[in-house]
This record gives sequence, C-alpha cells and structure tokens, in this order.
Amino acid sequence: MEQTARSMLSADDMSRVMTRMTHELLERNHGSEGVVLLGILTRGAPLAKRLADIAARDGQSVPVGQLDITMYRDDLRANPTRSVGRTILPCDLDDRTVVLVDDVLFSGRTVQAALHALADLGRPRAIQLVTLIDRGHRELPIQADIVGKSIPTAGSERVRVHLTETDGEDLVSIERSA
Amino acid sequence: MLHLLSIADLSRDEIETILTTAEEMHDVQTRPVKKLPALRGRTVVNLFFEDSTRTRSSFELAAKWLSADAINVSAKGSSVSKGESMKDTLMTLDAMGVDAIVMRHAGSGAVRQAAGWVRASMINAGDGMHEHPTQALLDAHAIRRHLKAHDLGTMEGKRVAIVGDLLHSRVVRSNVLLLAKLGASAVLVAPPTLLPPGVEHWGVDVSYDLDTVLPDVDVVMMLRVQRERMSGGFFPSEREYIAGYGLTAQRLARLKPGACIAHPGPLNRGLEISSPAADAAQSIILDQVSSGVAVRMSVLYHLLAGDPGTQRRES
Repeated sequence: MEQTARSMLSADDMSRVMTRMTHELLERNHGSEGVVLLGILTRGAPLAKRLADIAARDGQSVPVGQLDITMYRDDLRANPTRSVGRTILPCDLDDRTVVLVDDVLFSGRTVQAALHALADLGRPRAIQLVTLIDRGHRELPIQADIVGKSIPTAGSERVRVHLTETDGEDLVSIERSA
Repeated sequence: MLHLLSIADLSRDEIETILTTAEEMHDVQTRPVKKLPALRGRTVVNLFFEDSTRTRSSFELAAKWLSADAINVSAKGSSVSKGESMKDTLMTLDAMGVDAIVMRHAGSGAVRQAAGWVRASMINAGDGMHEHPTQALLDAHAIRRHLKAHDLGTMEGKRVAIVGDLLHSRVVRSNVLLLAKLGASAVLVAPPTLLPPGVEHWGVDVSYDLDTVLPDVDVVMMLRVQRERMSGGFFPSEREYIAGYGLTAQRLARLKPGACIAHPGPLNRGLEISSPAADAAQSIILDQVSSGVAVRMSVLYHLLAGDPGTQRRES
C-alpha cells in the first residue's frame, strides 16, 4: 500500500490559527475570569499550554493543566492494557469554566471519556471544547465550541498532528492509504 | 501479564510500568471521588488462607476504587474449614467466572500451583516464606516517593538495609529481587539464627552488626519479629534482641541525613522498632500503607483492564 500525505496546516498557519482560537476563547468567555484550560493527553496538553501562553501575551492569565482519560475509555477492554498518563489540575474545578483542548475531534469518544473524567474531579460551572482540527465522522452528539480548522475527510484517511513539543515540528497533514 | 506470582517473573520494564501507573493511582486517594471506571464489570476475589488486615483491605479498596466487584473469602468461615481442598476451593471460585483471585497461603509456592488450575489471573498476596511481590512493589513505590520529595534522585545505586526476622519473612526475598532489578543494593542484617538458609547465594551483603551498617544506608527497612512463627530459641531474650537489632532512639542518630525508615507492619513497638523511630520525621511507614492501595490498583489495572485474549497471548 502506498501512503500519500497532504499538508493541511504549516507551522505559520498553525500559529495564526492558535492566536485566533485564543481570541475567540477570550471573547466567548468575556475575558479569562474563572476559565481553566485542560489539555487532553497526549497532544491536547501542549496545545492548551500554547493557548495559555498566547492569552498571557494579552495580559490574560489562564490556569492550565492536563487530563489523562485512559481509565475512562470505552475501548479499554478491546486493546492490550494501555499505560496511564498524569492528570494535573492547576486548581479546584468547582464553579469554573473548564475548557477541554484536544488536537483532533473525530468520533467524539475521547471527549465523552473526558466528560466522565471531569464528573469525578469536580463540578465545573460549564465545560467547553476547543479542538485544533475537526475532521467529522462523529459517533456521538458532541460538537466543539471553537475549531481551528475543519477538514472534511474520508473514513480511511488519517489526520496527523505534529507539534514541536511532542514531534519536533508543527505540521498537520492527511495521510491516505492508496 | 496474566498473573503476578513472583518478582522474579517481572522484567525491569514491567516493574517501571507498574510503579509509574501507581504514581497516578496515588493521586486518586486525594480526590473527592475516589473511583475510576477502568475495571467496571470485573470481579476480584480475595482468597486468604492466612490472616491479614492491611494486605486484604488494601486489595479490596484497590479493586473497588477501580470499580471492580470484590469479595473476600477467608479460610475461617468457608468450606475450607469443612475440609475442602485448596484445589477444589479455587476451582469452585473460578467456575463462578471471577477475573482475578488474590491469594494468600501458608505454603510456599501455593499461588503458582494454583495458577495452573484456574483460568482467572492469580495474584500472590504472600505464599509462606517465599514471596510477597506487591509488598516489595509498594516498598519501592514509597521509597521512590521519599526520594522524589527530598530531591535525592532515583533508586539506582541506593543502599537498603533489611533488618530483623529474615528467616520467616517473605517480604525480604521479594525486596532483594526487586531492589536488584531497580539497580539498588540490599544489605541483610539479622542474628545468625534469623537468616534464611542459603542466603549466601542471594548475591547480597549480610551483616550481624546493625550499628556499622546504619551510617551507610539510604533506607533502613525493619521487619517484624514474627512471634507467631517462633517456637522460641531464636534469640535469648527480647531485651537482647533490642540491644542488637532494635531501631532504638539512640540508633536513629546514626542514620545519614535523608535516610528513611520503612516497616511493612504490623509494628511491634518497643521490639524491632521504638516509638521515636516509628514516628520520626524520616519514617515512611504510613506512606507505605497509602502506597499499598496505589500499587495494588496499578497491578489490578495492568492484569485486568485490557483484552483478556491479548494478555493471555502475550504471557
């Protein structure tokens, strides 16, 4: 099988998209009062940090943490045991607006697991969802509040998000098995 | 992994995985909702042919905090007291479709033998004088937490004294094996009558003199004098034992800065460990207890969370 990859976002594009998403987030919440960013492991975590860094440049300080949802996955039993990541909460979540950050929104099952995890960690006032890429094919009634880029895809394609923090470069591409 | 029978069966990678997951599980104890859904629908039986408080209750809590169903069967009050054989008891429980059996038995090797009879995952919670793998894992976890909290680096190159009744101890064998796999070294300290036979082949240092060992070690692990297994004659008197091998207030001062004190419990206060030592700032005894639940959650998770078919194929 031959693999073809199409670039969808370059490093420059990604930087512009992240800045726009941060502004949308601050606009939507009328500033950063009571907002907590939680990145879903693995790649949501560095993305959440970037959003917080961009907000800090605008003088808005947003606490940022990360969420591991391994234990809450609905496909835990279908795979060999997965290793568990670290959940880090920067503050109490009660009565805060928790903004979940992920790299790709696909079936929605990761977000569902994250919602279950949040229910065990506190009682936020509201939960919002920010995703860098929305590639469609939802299997659950879940939508993102803020999307970096919507990319219509075929089910057989794979969206690859590379981040400097985890992969050494910033790049989003689509791989198709031909 | 399908069973956890002995530290000897574990690779360094498997140990690291269990201990890393245990760190995450430890945080769950401080949360308002102490529950994770990972083992929903799984069943764990605690089958104890010997008495236990902390091991059994921490396995039960670990199972429940992972949302598994847990039941306790002890020899007293079960068909074992009517003369049912160990094999029949195990096969009966297995026939009920349980996923894991946590077993303690007075016979060394009993849990490994049981693993050959059942489909469920077997976890060794102490077999005679052989091994107690989850105790060694929780000791390592508690020591790592101490090292991390005080910026003392990793287990690599650390020296651990294991002191006391080593003859009747299953903890000592598991600990010696585990410490070696983590790059730490052990020195065993006991009167000659309380050293296990064949200890010279274990590849560890042995000493009869606690006072000369104490200043060199990073951890001093005091083991309980198991009066219930002693018919007498192992040492002349308790006073003499304390004089030679008790962690007294005077001996505390010989420990180097940053060294910690461990004890698997239950404590014989005033015998192998004095109250000033048990309650000292460098004592990690209570952290060992909370580590017990975290490590057992990690073990249950790694044995039971994934696809049973794959686990079986891998092992």
